[in-house]
Amino acid sequence: MAEQTNKPQLVIVDTGCANITSVFCALERLGASVQISADPAVIRAAEKVIIPGVGTAKQAMANIDAKGLRSTLQQLTQPVLGICLGMQLLTEHSAEGDVTCLGLIPGQVAPLEAKGLRLPHMGWNTLQVESTALQAAHPVLQGITAADYVYFVHSFAVQPSPYMLASCDYGSKFAAVIGRRNFLGMQFHPERSGKVGARLLQNFIQLDAQSLRAPD
Amino acid sequence: MLAKRLIPCLDVRDGVVVKGVQFRNHEIIGDIVPLAARYAEEGADELVFYDITASSDGRVVDKSWVRKIAEVIDIPFCVAGGIKSVADAGKILELGADKISVNSPALARPELISELNAAFGQQCVVVGIDSYFDATTGQYQVYQYTGDESRSQKTRWLLLDWVEEVQRRGAGEIVLNCMNQDGVRQGYDLAQLSLVRQYCQVPLIASGGAGAVQHFIDVFRDADVDGALAASVFHKGIIAIPDLKAALIAANVEIRP
Repeated sequence: MAEQTNKPQLVIVDTGCANITSVFCALERLGASVQISADPAVIRAAEKVIIPGVGTAKQAMANIDAKGLRSTLQQLTQPVLGICLGMQLLTEHSAEGDVTCLGLIPGQVAPLEAKGLRLPHMGWNTLQVESTALQAAHPVLQGITAADYVYFVHSFAVQPSPYMLASCDYGSKFAAVIGRRNFLGMQFHPERSGKVGARLLQNFIQLDAQSLRAPD
Repeated sequence: MLAKRLIPCLDVRDGVVVKGVQFRNHEIIGDIVPLAARYAEEGADELVFYDITASSDGRVVDKSWVRKIAEVIDIPFCVAGGIKSVADAGKILELGADKISVNSPALARPELISELNAAFGQQCVVVGIDSYFDATTGQYQVYQYTGDESRSQKTRWLLLDWVEEVQRRGAGEIVLNCMNQDGVRQGYDLAQLSLVRQYCQVPLIASGGAGAVQHFIDVFRDADVDGALAASVFHKGIIAIPDLKAALIAANVEIRP
């Protein structure tokens, strides 16, 4: 289709949350063609989709339903990256407001078990890339090591599961990156994580949809 | 492990970065965006921008510089100054700030903290507290409108009561500005910060008094704060952030290299 030559590479889903600008600016700094939209047709036509989010899961799901985007998001086949709350929305259920999420990656969102450490978990923490004999490190995590810090701000977290591609430890282990088929989620804010975050976003931008090796 | 944060603070007045001594006699340091970009590049973990005239002037201020910062900076930043409502805060966050910080308006109307928490979540809501140790009464007193010498005044709040109140109302972080130490570079107020730490379950940021590398080591070790905010030592080039980080790592403080 001829009109596709001008289509934006990346579409940020306008979930009605307030931090979209920082994600938009980070992608522009990487030279990506990026657009913010709540239009199902625009979202479906994107090469890659980003679901940002701050606030509560209940409010964000209500916004998604109010914009009629639930089924659009659930049916996407291109690479999709959920950031922070946007990652949590990809799972089945969040205890934050007892809300049913998009159900795209098996998993549960529960209050972070900080074991006496201060909440919110706010600041720079390290990632542990999860890889086994069966499951190599995901391409989105290429170049990331245990010495790299990324910026977290959250009180709820996705519990560890077979879909956990990287973990973080704050009182207890939780999922920092999750993935299944074309859907990926990052609990931290890559758009605010300096050079490491830029690397992760660059990896996502360059991700070959065919190469996704997340377990399904 | 969660790293301790180093946070350069840029006091903004009429669109430029300024610095005063004990909240007075402001001198111009430079333009906002290049300074912010330099600190991010040098390894600052976060930046705070205080519009120090906003609350005391009671005027609507031009915040277009927030968007310019968001375009350039790839680390988190917080904006403070004159945020009196959910609508004010929403505009700042839409322009690209990660957090907003309230001080005098929260003292004037404490329910503002609860409203901001409900609208944007706890992680967005920072409460700044200006505290002054009154040697005659032996009490830590909370002050407001400290951006303007002529309007700066003592409030009815004692420090620890206010620390508890802002947490009850949903603050996600507290920045404690120890006024006696501000700008004099004699070290953070370790006694006061250690005291507040016992009553503060959310992240606590130390502010006021940084003058030497050892002061940062002391405040992380002795007062167990989550972050240390400083202005003049960074603006005047007394301490370079990479050197500071190396010294903290050598002192076994958890730091993002």
